[in-house]
Amino acid sequence: MNASVTEDLGTSSVTEFDVRDPDRSTQVKGFEGTIGENTLDNPKISTRNVNISYGEKQAIFDASLDIGRNEVIAMIGPSGCGKSTYLRALNRMNDTIVGCRVTGDLTIDGEPIYAHNMDPVLLRARVGMVFQKPNPFPKSIYDNIAYGPRIHGLTRTNAELDEVVVTSLQRAGLFEEVKDRLDAPGTGLSGGQQQRLCIARTIAVSPEVILMDEPCSALDPIATAIIEELIDELRANYTIVIVTHSMQQAARVSQRTAYFHLGKLIEVGETNQIFTNPRHELTENYITGKFG
Amino acid sequence: MQTTTLVIVIAGLSLISYYTGRTRAQAYRLDGRLLALPNQYGYLTAMWSALPAIILLLAWLAFEPGYLNDQVIANLPAAAQQLPTEELALLVNNVLLAVGNGGLSPDPVIEDAAAAYLAAREQSRMLVTGLILLLCLSGIIFSLTRYLTRLHARKRVETVIRWFLMLCSGVAIVTTVGIVLSVLFEAIRFFESVPILDFMFGTTWSPQTAIRADQVGSSGSFGAIPLFAGTMLISLIAMTIAVPVGLLTAIYLAEYASPRFRSAAKPTLEILAGIPTVVYGFFAALTVAPFIRDLGTSLGLSVASESALAAGIVMGVMIIPFVSSLSDDVITAVPQAMRDGSLALGATQSETIKQVIIPAALPGIVGGVLLAASRAIGETMIVVMAAGLAARLTANPLDAVTTVTVQIVTLLTGDQEFDSPKTLAAFALGLMLFVSTLLLNVVALHIVRKYREQYE
Repeated sequence: MNASVTEDLGTSSVTEFDVRDPDRSTQVKGFEGTIGENTLDNPKISTRNVNISYGEKQAIFDASLDIGRNEVIAMIGPSGCGKSTYLRALNRMNDTIVGCRVTGDLTIDGEPIYAHNMDPVLLRARVGMVFQKPNPFPKSIYDNIAYGPRIHGLTRTNAELDEVVVTSLQRAGLFEEVKDRLDAPGTGLSGGQQQRLCIARTIAVSPEVILMDEPCSALDPIATAIIEELIDELRANYTIVIVTHSMQQAARVSQRTAYFHLGKLIEVGETNQIFTNPRHELTENYITGKFG
Repeated sequence: MQTTTLVIVIAGLSLISYYTGRTRAQAYRLDGRLLALPNQYGYLTAMWSALPAIILLLAWLAFEPGYLNDQVIANLPAAAQQLPTEELALLVNNVLLAVGNGGLSPDPVIEDAAAAYLAAREQSRMLVTGLILLLCLSGIIFSLTRYLTRLHARKRVETVIRWFLMLCSGVAIVTTVGIVLSVLFEAIRFFESVPILDFMFGTTWSPQTAIRADQVGSSGSFGAIPLFAGTMLISLIAMTIAVPVGLLTAIYLAEYASPRFRSAAKPTLEILAGIPTVVYGFFAALTVAPFIRDLGTSLGLSVASESALAAGIVMGVMIIPFVSSLSDDVITAVPQAMRDGSLALGATQSETIKQVIIPAALPGIVGGVLLAASRAIGETMIVVMAAGLAARLTANPLDAVTTVTVQIVTLLTGDQEFDSPKTLAAFALGLMLFVSTLLLNVVALHIVRKYREQYE
């Protein structure tokens, strides 16, 4: 990867976690470990004592969190709290950032994510990701969806591939809008359609987990509502981890919510409980809008 | 006064004009509303002082020699004025020589004329100096009037600057048009003696025309096909080397190389582009060509000592940096989001490069390749030194071929008359070469522009 990677990540944690700010991440007062139900029985993804740093600067401190099967878990917190960094550690997208180091036990279905024999390429096929800004490839709508199945050899015939493309588009709620112009360039769609195209593209490789990094922050309210509805439907088949700046969105789409603050996982719990009865002062301050 | 002194005087007076204009505007600003910043009033008055004076100075520099010449001729005796033009010019030249000697000459006629010349020169210089001072001072006086503060200074200054910028861009355009027209007219003269179809589709190139009517063996045959075929052959060899090497270099530098390696390798590659082509020429003629000939001989092939292959290989090396640098730029310009999107789908880095990055960057890469191709076609020095002179129509890279540029050089070097088809042929060749590289450039720029629109 080239040198500019760390500079123009756009959606990534580097912009959120300001590495130039010294000692920022050590200033959480009164933090004595995560409050709430951060562990689960039989989790899909389990993370224990995760520390992530970019060079000298630590972005995540000792976070332990389990992600259950077929649940939508929301990550909230003020800018620079490390939630995107944590998210990107789950499918090793941080590997592409020079100087990023992840330690701790991260497992998916009991398999260690950072083991030597875990191929990040195969891992990312299991743990897909949708980014903040829609990033369709400069190809046709059809080819955007077919890209993943083709490289993974998921289909043997063109008819099978057609079917995967159609089902993926249907699941992403985009099929009706684009069925007559599958050959049109994906970049020509509207922002909301592009984001659903990216979700369809992710679904097409049949992942088990979908990571969403502020998927609606570049979209208008109507497109956002459509995507939120979609997330709710996708829960039946996938585990979804969503990073969001919108607390309403977290409340609407998720079953559990994790609150990050300056690189520390402060509180985890049922979404209802977090928003109605937060146990930690920082969580309460954040959701009541005292900062963030 | 000398010209340099005049320039210094103009500069100094403009500076004074600037300060008076600014001070005046500042003073006015205290008790009234000003339409622009005081600085801009300073610039305006400085322009008022300098511009007319500079224009006058330039006009004087352009017309002074002609005017003085006329003065000298007018002061010559009537008998001398009746001389034929050439002799008169010689006489005037002698006068000028005498002027250079301080007006002394053994010939009283010339001495008189020199004295007249010096007097006229003195007079015109006084006049111009006076006028320039007047113009500059009028700027200063203008800066002191109340009228100044009612002007919108910024708009006026910007108008002048805009005209100046337009003039500068005009220089390039006018030069281009001038070159094209001069080549075009000479080429038309050539086509008056050689039919254009014979030139474009003839397969024999032998530009020796007879100087005497009875000369044998100099038929003068101007078929340009072998030259263009040679150019194409050498360019093709060059592109076969430059495109893969350059493109793969770009991919490595943009996608795989560590920042440290990249920061060292990129400038090194760009040094290749900075080597003078004549040095590449030595290298091709003295190192590569003999090497290829010896290698071919040891394999039992007959290789010309000035083979198309040698020139093509060296030219290919020369244009590698064009391809690699331009491709590297467009590959780096592909948004990181594309890479992330592909990697997040479980694509490997090589799949990402092959199926997402390269297709996204392809228009830019093609543009770079076409620019490199037009560079290869127009390249002269390497082929002059390393390719042959024999205009042979062949596709064998081991043969000696010649190119359009080589022929232009050989047609025009040395003492030549510019009225024989032989020399005029160079302009026709130049025109065709120009048109073909122009077409390539237009296509390349069009593709590059199309690419630019894609991510905006």
